[in-house]
Amino acid sequence: MNAADMPVLSIMLAIPIVAAALCLFVRAELARPIALGATLANFILGVVLWISYDPAGAQWQFTESAQLFGPIGWKLGIDGISLTLIMLSVFLMPICIGASWNSIQKRVGEYMAAFLLMETLMIGVFAAQDLLLFYIFFEAGLIPMYLIIGIWGGQDRIYASYKFFLYTLLGSVVMLIAMLWMIQFAGTADIPTLLNTDFPVQAQTLLWLAFFASFAVKMPMWPVHTWLPDAHVQAPTAGSVILAGVLLKMGGYGFLRFSLPMFPEASANFIPLVFGLSMVAVVYTSLVALVQQDMKKLIAYSSVAHMAIVTVGLFTFNQQGIEGAIIVMLSHGLVSGALFLCVGVIYDRLHTREISRYGGISVNMPKYALLFMLFTMASVGLPGTSGFVGEFLSLAGAYKVSTWATLIATTGIILGAGYMLYLYRRIAFGPQVNADAAAMQDIDGREMWLLAPIAVVVLWMGVYPETFLAPIRRDVATIVERIERAAPAGDSKLMVVDPTTARFRVAHEPKKDVAEGSH
Amino acid sequence: MELTASLSLVRSEIILSFSALALLLLAAWMDQAGRLISILAVAALGAAAAFTASSLGSGASASAFDGLMVNDAFGNFSKLLIYIAAAVSLTIAPRFLEKAGAMRAEYPVLIVLSCIGMGIMVSATDLISLYIGLELQSLSAYVLASFVRSDGRSAEAGLKYFVLGGLASGMLLFGASLVYGFAGSTSFAAIGLAMDKEVGLGLIFGIVFILSGLAFKISAAPFHMWTPDVYEGAPTPVTAFFASAPKVAAIALLMRIVLEAFGSQVLVWQQIIIAVALMSIIIGAVGAIGQQNLKRLMAYSSINNVGFILIGLATGTEQGIAAMLVYLTIYVAMTLGGFVCLMQLKDKDGTYREEFADIAGLSKTRPALAAAFAIFMFSLAGIPPLFGFWGKLVVFNAAVAAGLLPLAVIGIAASVIGAFYYLKVVKVMYFDDAADVIAESDDKVLVWTGGILAAANSPLGYFAIPVLGVWTAVAAKALF
Repeated sequence: MNAADMPVLSIMLAIPIVAAALCLFVRAELARPIALGATLANFILGVVLWISYDPAGAQWQFTESAQLFGPIGWKLGIDGISLTLIMLSVFLMPICIGASWNSIQKRVGEYMAAFLLMETLMIGVFAAQDLLLFYIFFEAGLIPMYLIIGIWGGQDRIYASYKFFLYTLLGSVVMLIAMLWMIQFAGTADIPTLLNTDFPVQAQTLLWLAFFASFAVKMPMWPVHTWLPDAHVQAPTAGSVILAGVLLKMGGYGFLRFSLPMFPEASANFIPLVFGLSMVAVVYTSLVALVQQDMKKLIAYSSVAHMAIVTVGLFTFNQQGIEGAIIVMLSHGLVSGALFLCVGVIYDRLHTREISRYGGISVNMPKYALLFMLFTMASVGLPGTSGFVGEFLSLAGAYKVSTWATLIATTGIILGAGYMLYLYRRIAFGPQVNADAAAMQDIDGREMWLLAPIAVVVLWMGVYPETFLAPIRRDVATIVERIERAAPAGDSKLMVVDPTTARFRVAHEPKKDVAEGSH
Repeated sequence: MELTASLSLVRSEIILSFSALALLLLAAWMDQAGRLISILAVAALGAAAAFTASSLGSGASASAFDGLMVNDAFGNFSKLLIYIAAAVSLTIAPRFLEKAGAMRAEYPVLIVLSCIGMGIMVSATDLISLYIGLELQSLSAYVLASFVRSDGRSAEAGLKYFVLGGLASGMLLFGASLVYGFAGSTSFAAIGLAMDKEVGLGLIFGIVFILSGLAFKISAAPFHMWTPDVYEGAPTPVTAFFASAPKVAAIALLMRIVLEAFGSQVLVWQQIIIAVALMSIIIGAVGAIGQQNLKRLMAYSSINNVGFILIGLATGTEQGIAAMLVYLTIYVAMTLGGFVCLMQLKDKDGTYREEFADIAGLSKTRPALAAAFAIFMFSLAGIPPLFGFWGKLVVFNAAVAAGLLPLAVIGIAASVIGAFYYLKVVKVMYFDDAADVIAESDDKVLVWTGGILAAANSPLGYFAIPVLGVWTAVAAKALF
């Protein structure tokens, strides 16, 4: 049940491409089912991938290798981290297609083709095992996203599409030079080999900065986040879902796959920078979110705040922090995707994103209000939802490194509760001042099918996160082991104990516990 | 014996020379047979290409006419590229020139003559043969630029090209005479030997003038001013030709003279090439932003691309030269594709359109054409996964390998400025409301050529990387 039998990853890359080509030549009524069928087929393949992935097996599974393009190797393979992110992509894609079913009426075939192309590129980013192949997938995503925002976006779509494209392109090109240097140095573009290559410490600094330029924009980190609110607001609903759900995760994935294990020393040196920017981001963008009048903009700013918790978690250099960061990425992918869908649902009815145009809609849309409430709570990080698990783990990990950073970053949760609940109150509760908002129909079957699966997974991840932690645990441990030599000392002076047996005695007898725990 | 051996080494030029003369005679009898003669000229180019292609993979090198010319892998690769580009320019032209009332038999003959000149340029190993080739190419080009005599813009383009090209030739000749005076020989090999020891001021002056003259010919900044005017004024198929074949020839000539004659003193010319490369990239990118005419835009795009190609030369390494050849190949496919798309922009009356306003919303009225144009634009911008990305990648890879990191970083950062105006074309075609001025194309030849070139620029082009890599590596080896 592995690559020897069937090149699963190549098939997953090929299905959307073929479907995209088909969509270009058929009429709208046919393009929609083709796109839905292709994304569902990929989702099923993703489930197969998940089931047959062996968390205790080789580090890289489902590997494929072919020298098709000279120096660019067609090398694919996934570890647990890639697996979870690929799952996120293939899970969100059918939902995106469903979300666009009625709201997109012009140039449907091209729209579906762009989304399917996007899916291929997203899977490619997470599955590529060749540095150049990774770069190609990583950058190529700009083209379909540029078209999606520019053709099917809102009022200011052209400005937003340009800003999105040029910002991310400028971030990435310098990374390409760094990649070329690395390939020269190591003599190979093979990512697993590069992961165990020790680059000279001085070179690491420049390489790290070059990669940082790209991933920080993609993530996005303050102060290069400004493309995100524009892109989100102008993109069609499904575009926002895919942007928030998966594209932002490429930045986090990049930090995890490249910056940390390839440049451990540089990463350690730049912890103050990353933590500093993240702290600013959490507080600043949360405050900005608090005063937004536009629903999508509010969620976009909350994305920046959540991504800042991811960066804090990633640069903790310990298991908890990194695992937490990955769970925040997954959770945020689902929750912000769902929130954008929620916005899309009422936008389709009233054609405005202005918060004040709604109010009291829990009266006429009870089912919608319930789901919206669930996702709001998940975004806040209520225990029992996915948001809590990730944020708790990454902040717990961060505490070991910097208590100050943890303190500031944790205020993000409080502020998050502030702006999300305020948003919810203004939309769902209060008097029904707007007659047209009060007359809106509750969600129909199609919308239920879009939101309910996400709700289930959000709760699943919140109640039993082990399902999602199991595949990544060993791979995170590998990274932690790799970067251990550069790990920062930390200012909280925690004692290392065996957590399974000595859990409750830490505070009292920290020193002896290690020995006693071995009984 | 010596002569027959030499003649057999330049057989592709001989084929083309006889073809050009025969076609000229034919044209004298059959005045209105422009199309037939075009077809025959393409066949002659095909035959010459077949001869050069047969010796493509081999690293053999043989000198002809007592060291005036050489038949090596580098020359053969360049010639193949030139012949193909010229054949494409011939194939796409008839409809356009007929509409302009200028489909005369001289057009194919001039292109073939120009190809002979270019063949001599890329295989010249002596300043004399270099100049003969260059002038044969240039003189044909001046006439071609003003080929539509009834059109004032075309005549103006021809005159501008002639005056400025003459100036460039003068500078080149002046530099050549200085180099000859101080090195004591016109042969590249002998100049190379003379430069081994030490380089005096006179030689440096000579080198600077030669490089300036050649920078004119490849339209590299700061000698690029003629390009937008000539590209705009010349008939579009001729512009397509200018942007492809002569550029290949002049860049190949530049590579050969720089490496074979001045190769031992890298530091003397490297800084010039770096400055010219960066200026071209930036001026090509910034200058294009305000353009409203698509042909002018393509002119700035070609200046921009020449800058990227020159980065490969700045490395002065074998890898850099191979990278330049890869980039040149892809560049020819991209730029020809762009012009093929431009030539399909005809309104309902059959008038050719070339303004931004005309292609507004093209994706709604002519989706296939808009998609092809978008592919060429993204490819020119070097956005993966299109094939243009590979050209940029190999060039920058060579720069990184040669330790020219600052050059690589500045160059690639400036490519983002270029992306802005390529995106503008896509934006106008895809995001704006349809102007609906462009009619269905009735020229199947253009549709098919455009389709093939678009496929070559799409990710399918990556399948050509292995074979392209081998050929360019062998060709680059010939210069070292």
